[in-house]
Amino acid sequence: MEKTYRVTRADLVRYAGASGDFNPIHWSERFANNVGLPGVIAHGMFTMALVSRAVTEWAGAPDTVVELGVRFARPVPVPDTDEGTEVVVTVTERGETDEGHTKLAVTATCQGEKVLSLAQAVVRKR
Amino acid sequence: MPLDQAFVGRKYPPTEPYLVGREKIREFARAIGAAEREFHDPEAARAIGYPDVVAPPTFPIVFTMASSHAQIVEDPELGIDYTRVVHGDQKFVYARPIVAGDALVCVNTVEDITTRGGHDFMTTRSDVTTEAGELVVTVWAKLVQRGED
Repeated sequence: MEKTYRVTRADLVRYAGASGDFNPIHWSERFANNVGLPGVIAHGMFTMALVSRAVTEWAGAPDTVVELGVRFARPVPVPDTDEGTEVVVTVTERGETDEGHTKLAVTATCQGEKVLSLAQAVVRKR
Repeated sequence: MPLDQAFVGRKYPPTEPYLVGREKIREFARAIGAAEREFHDPEAARAIGYPDVVAPPTFPIVFTMASSHAQIVEDPELGIDYTRVVHGDQKFVYARPIVAGDALVCVNTVEDITTRGGHDFMTTRSDVTTEAGELVVTVWAKLVQRGED
């Protein structure tokens, strides 16, 4: 399964408020540049939340995720445009755990570059 | 100065309970664009066996990040320079979904500290339980403190 999610500055502002993560690298170009970033970047946890959306959609249920883990490999720059950027998430079944749950391998890319590595999920069968 | 290995295994006092609100779950679900009705509509959540709306999988970060930051990252004895910290890894293992109405206590632990190539890696674990002690979710975060230039 492949899902494409659009990410704009407005999404980051909304996520900052909802999550309580107000680190200015996620909303201030000036601050991001001052700490050596090319511009505002998405919260890693926002990207992980997009992964969770793809996983719950794959599972067809909001409540069957047993495990979800990622490594943040590269930032997701979000330009100050109406289009913002896109994150593409893929979910692929990878066998079963000893408990009989389904293992899922996950990838996330932005502009063709992997932004997560070692991303995986385990979901309970319904 | 590398982070002090003596902090490995240090466990902080249980936090005040975080009361999970229905509107907070809805706000979080809207912010990540998650449209499943069980995140928004108590009736839909009841239909699959929960007393109120269920939270999306990464919702625990709302209170685990804040509490582990306050207790561990800002522990003056540990001496982390947060301006050099980036988020490395994040993992959740769920016993059940969080549900509106839960009052959740975090016990935060420094699980591991390693130093490699001038960078420090610290893994924190948050054991999230109800006030009655029922395990709900375990949350691991790996923070990377980049070496000083």
